[in-house]
Amino acid sequence: MFKEKYIDEIKKKKKDWEKNIYAKYLKNHPERKKEFTNLSNTKIKPLYSPDDISHLDYLKDIGFPAEFPFLRGVHATMYRGRFWTFRMFSGFGSAEETNKRYKYLLDHGETGLSVAFDYPTLYGHDTDHPLSRGEFGKCGVAISSLKDMEILFKDIPIDKVTTSMTINGPAAVVWGFYIANAENRGISKDVIGGTIQNDILKEYIAQKSWIFPPEPSMRLIVDTFEYGFKHVPKWNTISISGYHIREAGSTAVQELAFTVGDGVEYVKWAMKRGLDIDKFTPRLSFFFNAHNDFFEEIAKYRAARRIWAKELKKLGAKKSRSMFMRFHTQTAGCSLTAQQPEINIARVTLQGLAAVLGGTQSLHTNSMDEALALPSEKAARIALRTQQIIAEESGVTDTVDPLGGSYYIEWLTDKMEEETYKYWDRVEKLGGVLPAIEKGFYQREIANAAYKYQKDIDEKKRIFVGVNEYKMDEPIEIPILEMDEKGEERQINRLKKLRKNRNNQKYERTLKALRKAAEGDENLMPYILDCVHAYATLGETCQVLRDVFGEYEEPAIY
Amino acid sequence: MNDIAKKVLDGDPRSIARLITLAESNDLVATSAMKNIHPHTGKAHVIGITGVMGSGKSTLICELTRLYRKQGKTVGIIAIDPTSPFSGGALLGDRVRMMDLAMDDGVFIRSMGTRGMLGGLTSAVYDVVEILDASGKDVVIVETVGVGQAEVDIVKIADTTLVIVVPGLGDSIQTLKAGVMEIADIYVVNKADRPEVNQTVAEVESLVDITCSEKERKIPILSTVAKQSKGVVELLKEIDNHKKYIKNTKEFEKQRRFRYEAELVEIIRKRLMNFIFDESKFKIKIENLLDQISKKEMDPYTAADEILGKILK
Amino acid sequence: MERKIRVLISKPGLDGHDRGAKVVARALRDAGMEVIYTGLHQTAEMIVEAAIQEDVDVVGLSLLSGAHMTLFVDVTKLLKDKGMDDILVIGGGIIPERDVPKLKKAGINGVFGPGTPCEDIVEFIKKNVKR
Repeated sequence: MFKEKYIDEIKKKKKDWEKNIYAKYLKNHPERKKEFTNLSNTKIKPLYSPDDISHLDYLKDIGFPAEFPFLRGVHATMYRGRFWTFRMFSGFGSAEETNKRYKYLLDHGETGLSVAFDYPTLYGHDTDHPLSRGEFGKCGVAISSLKDMEILFKDIPIDKVTTSMTINGPAAVVWGFYIANAENRGISKDVIGGTIQNDILKEYIAQKSWIFPPEPSMRLIVDTFEYGFKHVPKWNTISISGYHIREAGSTAVQELAFTVGDGVEYVKWAMKRGLDIDKFTPRLSFFFNAHNDFFEEIAKYRAARRIWAKELKKLGAKKSRSMFMRFHTQTAGCSLTAQQPEINIARVTLQGLAAVLGGTQSLHTNSMDEALALPSEKAARIALRTQQIIAEESGVTDTVDPLGGSYYIEWLTDKMEEETYKYWDRVEKLGGVLPAIEKGFYQREIANAAYKYQKDIDEKKRIFVGVNEYKMDEPIEIPILEMDEKGEERQINRLKKLRKNRNNQKYERTLKALRKAAEGDENLMPYILDCVHAYATLGETCQVLRDVFGEYEEPAIY
Repeated sequence: MNDIAKKVLDGDPRSIARLITLAESNDLVATSAMKNIHPHTGKAHVIGITGVMGSGKSTLICELTRLYRKQGKTVGIIAIDPTSPFSGGALLGDRVRMMDLAMDDGVFIRSMGTRGMLGGLTSAVYDVVEILDASGKDVVIVETVGVGQAEVDIVKIADTTLVIVVPGLGDSIQTLKAGVMEIADIYVVNKADRPEVNQTVAEVESLVDITCSEKERKIPILSTVAKQSKGVVELLKEIDNHKKYIKNTKEFEKQRRFRYEAELVEIIRKRLMNFIFDESKFKIKIENLLDQISKKEMDPYTAADEILGKILK
Repeated sequence: MERKIRVLISKPGLDGHDRGAKVVARALRDAGMEVIYTGLHQTAEMIVEAAIQEDVDVVGLSLLSGAHMTLFVDVTKLLKDKGMDDILVIGGGIIPERDVPKLKKAGINGVFGPGTPCEDIVEFIKKNVKR
């Protein structure tokens, strides 16, 4: 990137500086630590200069936005054209309560919806299933049927606003609810936009809300890819996620390597079925964490884009649109403290800013009270305003990829890419992604990283403000979200009524057809939609699939 | 008769569990109870299972147990994991791999740490086998630490010893050389759906030929895919065959005597070590001796002479 | 041969967030305890059965999904019904302060929320183990 002779001179002058000025200063003013390492244990130097990135070729390795390798961004104007979507993940209790919260957030300026489901729903169980005991609505909204979905989106313009749904094991069925609800409202499948998370690989690795074993799960996912690009063209049928991997304790490099690796695996599976790579890849999306180390996070997002573009090119993608990575980001839940909760606002601001400087397409900012409970209205509003301040007041959105060319950022981006390929080698040696999961490779890496992080905090090698330093003994007083106590009963009654009043012949017929199709290899989405329209519940539909596919049991690794 | 011993003979799970704890901690109550229950032992078929980590021992045990349960038999499982030599603690992770057996009151699972003992077992294992036997379990399965080379102690305690290998696990045949190969009554090639299975079976066959040429019984080699419940019915049959074989030949008595010898030696060893190291007057002496050995003022043999001299006086 | 403290670490209900449970399990191991990890999706019956067979001194429950008032209390109630009050029961996860007194009343002897140093849990167990 720079003339070789000039770089040599810089190198020489830098050595002089290190000896004469830096070392001298260090004598009387020692640095705060013996060694500075970031959260991925990469050693960080005191200074980065042109010689650190002179091996990079601007046109080949860095390039321009909206052009291969998409390092600087996927759109030509990025935030000069349009801000990222302010998409606040939310959901709790019954559909009615969550519907109210959605309207509140939309009124306050959020530009996209994001649904959090409760645990029974995430596992494909109805509210009245024995395993749902005590869990109704606690960490998300309970959706057991099309009826609940109708209530959830009542009076919300789903033809104009997009919806992201964090659902994995039963994603195809819940997507079915959403599509059916739109259809019933006269809104065509062509028009609705959104995302289903639908990323089973990271469930096995980190989040653990799977239902079926790997092969049938992958089959269902490719079914959704296929159905999506044919019938629901504006829908992202997967959000390949690193957020949860990070939350489970991984380093930033691991998050990057495992997530993009999962992405490549999905592409290969879809291609195995014979799908055209340029047809389905435009609707693959990603989901990353925004953690504490500001510059590492920014470098991570940029590296992700470049790696993805390169890999898709290798796999044969021809169109530009196929190769660029769009992603959603959420600020790190695991970085929030229960102690002195207001200070989480400062954390979230820095993390949100990193995501923006990294070029995210959509962002969720955590609320300050989330280490204690689900966000209250006020806390969620402050989190939303944080995004709006970054967007409107900070000036960072006035140019594309403002940190491009920074010696540190480009060096770190490159380093993270290098480390990613090292991880991929190790996975290859284990036989690939699924064998590596079975052998517990990812799980062990994550558990080790999580343990090291905790030890670093316990030994004060890393400072966690309010937790191991700057502590206060004050009682934690913060208004906690109250939920409607009658919600669960209401839901169960609704379910009972639904099961009684539906056309039970149609219901039985559609479930039978789904079972037969599941035993074969047809695309299951049309069959699922039929069941949904017949008001089969989530649990009933998933049970058919459980019967045919079996249930996954994890190789317990720690 | 000791109260806890009576409850154990009745099969009460809490008493079984409590006695195991007491036996592990060398509690005197345990010794008295063990004396009471010994006459009631000898009925259970003791199966030892060894193999490297990742060979699928826990899954296989799960499947075997399921089949035994179908036959109406009750099963006790002892799952042993290594105790950390540094902290003295242990992560006992086998139970979690046998979750399918939860809530079946015909199955009793106990997780144990090696607590410093080498050889893949724990020094209390003899007691625990007897406790489970006396409580009425038809089958007692001992799953050892999957380390490989030093796994031979299982042969002292089990009537039937299974050695599990897995194709493609590189070292799994290598680690079976010397000693471990000789202890198997049955070989199991698990995860037999892997591509390299034929090669692995061939390697085991050739090793069997070498070690078995002088023996009467040809050691069977079975292929299983425990996760898919394949080959387990056949394995169970072979285990039963072996049980009949040793009962009909002198092997059974030989095996039992072998176990009692090991058990007796272990009890004596524990008592001696307790006596020497836990009796406070001797403990002080030992610290001094260790100081001297470290400074090369004395050697370990002389130190031993001193200690033993005092005791044998 | 001394008595080792045996601890059962368990995740009741559907919550799959096991990072904390695994980290605590390792920390207790490093402190010299024998730790049995039951894994995910445990019912109160499964937890108590394991506690009996493993004759544990401590039962540790981890829950981040908000269902602790139901699921933790299910466990303490069952332990009480079986007369197993010599077991120390501790819990952790996402538990709002105002629920802590209720949990203590129901039989949870210690609640360790986010930010708890592992050492505190180790000390608490060593100090409060009942046998």
